[in-house]
Amino acid sequence: MDIFFQQIINGLVQGSVYALVALGYTMVYGILGLINFAHGEVVMIGAMIALTALQALLAAAFAPVLAVLFSLMIAMAVCMALGYSIERIAYRPLRHAPRLAPLITAIGVSIVLQNLAMMIWGREYHSFTLPFTSTSHHLGGAVMNDVQIGIVIVALVIMAGLMWLVHHTRTGRAMRAVAENPAAATLMGVDINRVISVTFMLGSALAAIAGFMVSANYGIVHYYMGFMLGLKAFTAAVLGGIGNLRGAMLGGVLLGLIESLGAGYIGDLTGGFLGSHYQDVFAFFVLIAVLVFRPSGLLGEKLAERA
Amino acid sequence: MLNRKFALFGALVIALVGCGKSETPSTAASDELVIRIGAAGPLTGPQAHIGKDNEYGTRMAIDDANAKGVLIGGKKARFELLSEDDQTDPKTATIVAQKLVDAKVNGVIGHLNSGTSIPASSIYFKNGIPQISPSATAVKFTAQGYNTAFRVMTNDAQQGKALGEFAVKVLGLKNIAVIDDRTAYGQGLADEFVKSAEANGAKIIAREYTTDRSVDFTAVLTSIKGKQPELLFFGGMDPQGVPMVKQLRSLGMKTQFMMGDGGYTPKLIDLAGAAVEGTYASLPGVPLDVMPSGRDFSQRYEARFKQPIQLYAPYCYDAVNVMIAAMQKAGSAEPAKYLPEIGKVELDGVTAKLAFDEKGDIKGGAVTLYQARQGKWQVVQTLGGAPAAH
Repeated sequence: MDIFFQQIINGLVQGSVYALVALGYTMVYGILGLINFAHGEVVMIGAMIALTALQALLAAAFAPVLAVLFSLMIAMAVCMALGYSIERIAYRPLRHAPRLAPLITAIGVSIVLQNLAMMIWGREYHSFTLPFTSTSHHLGGAVMNDVQIGIVIVALVIMAGLMWLVHHTRTGRAMRAVAENPAAATLMGVDINRVISVTFMLGSALAAIAGFMVSANYGIVHYYMGFMLGLKAFTAAVLGGIGNLRGAMLGGVLLGLIESLGAGYIGDLTGGFLGSHYQDVFAFFVLIAVLVFRPSGLLGEKLAERA
Repeated sequence: MLNRKFALFGALVIALVGCGKSETPSTAASDELVIRIGAAGPLTGPQAHIGKDNEYGTRMAIDDANAKGVLIGGKKARFELLSEDDQTDPKTATIVAQKLVDAKVNGVIGHLNSGTSIPASSIYFKNGIPQISPSATAVKFTAQGYNTAFRVMTNDAQQGKALGEFAVKVLGLKNIAVIDDRTAYGQGLADEFVKSAEANGAKIIAREYTTDRSVDFTAVLTSIKGKQPELLFFGGMDPQGVPMVKQLRSLGMKTQFMMGDGGYTPKLIDLAGAAVEGTYASLPGVPLDVMPSGRDFSQRYEARFKQPIQLYAPYCYDAVNVMIAAMQKAGSAEPAKYLPEIGKVELDGVTAKLAFDEKGDIKGGAVTLYQARQGKWQVVQTLGGAPAAH
């Protein structure tokens, strides 16, 4: 039972990160119908910037808590600028082009960002250590450390904040209007370009936070870290119903839990026939199953809800 | 406006592509013998830091040879390096191999991984190009009947046997969990380790798997935790080893942790911090500072590339020197002419005294066991091989 409880915790932590990144995919898709494949790299850039800023701030003798906060804010600001630029350079000129064109530029941006990071930060793994020790807490037989608790709480707060922003502010209303019908929104006086830019910046800020959390959790940063994370988060977004905010959150947490429980029990359940290296296969299998029976994802059909 | 944008983007693309390109060989003066050495390993992706380290090791050997002035068949030789990126991917490895063959390289130092060295070896064999891998350890690499495949590293059977014996006999650990990354290397080493550990009376109570792209192992580790092993052996490389040992400790597990040569890197210690304390890893050959030329090599490497040796750079250095020695013996850099000489080379390398058996493996390869203590890899003992350390 302890083991099961621990697997649930593992899944929740992993799932919270997936959910934050998945939100970035889903917001952009909801508004533009575009899959921003460069989003995973934005997470990586966020982690890299946070690392560089954290080291610089600590070297300048900032208090540890302030250094962590400021570095996170710097990473968010840089990523927001990056998200804005990506949209301006790679997507806006192609907004009325066939759908395949922006998909290709998205992959292009992803490769450019990865190589840029490789040139700036090098090929090696960097250590990402928070300036305070993360104590482990025993909950029954399971263990959870401060960083992991922080990840789950921060993710929850941010998701709640985002829901509030989308449903109770002017910007949120504009986002929902554009998602529902861009032409009608323009006629009503909504500045589409501004809304799209804001969406990209919001998604990128979430990516920066996710990048920070992943790095703090695993303790390492690498220019290649965004690729697999981006793919998983994209899967989570599709699982929950791409374009739907609640779907992305649900999909992220579910994917985390599926992976964790799948990897933990698949070997014993199949008598060693399938091993834990089928963790990813298991996750994608669930995705396929969901798509076969609910092509729009778990929460995908409520189009009015998307933002 | 649009044109300017495109021009700017174009310039950026060219700048990026330009950086990834390998150096092009320049035209030679007529009295010089130009010899092209191909190098192949991952220069991008999760193992890029180790791949670059290999390239540096190869480059250093080539530059040393050029500076020294090597005569081959009475002609002054000038060596050129052609470095290619195989992305740790078996498919890409064969493409890269063909590219090197088409570029008429005289020999190849590579690839880094067993999973890439094996598929590439058939292409080198078909074209008669000698290939010396600095780091492929899978038994299969030299067991395919290719007379072009050599390695300057002990194979998994030798290393797995040493690790298994050490774990059971010296450390006295009987309940063992094993994880591997399902690559030709990780799986091969883990299988040999299991064989050896079981032969010595240990029980393998969990056999789990991951991939060479994963970073989260909490699920697998949690399921292992329930079985309470005394030792966790991981067949894989340091990009997975670091998060694995960290997560092992943060799950509150006291299980000892052991890896093969893929774990013996300064990065494992730097990145895993306190969690790595007590971890065992092995490396074929004898410790660098025991070899007279080894200490000199590591000093010059650090001075030149501004980083410590990551892992296999000394083996690449040795591999190039084996190739050059064979060329000198044959008096030719023609692959067909110097290939038969490689097996006869005997050389005092920086990693060990090198000589090959009939398959192309190194003879009596030594394996050294290290333990991470107080933030440093410390020698525990060297098993087999000559000259014996300690």
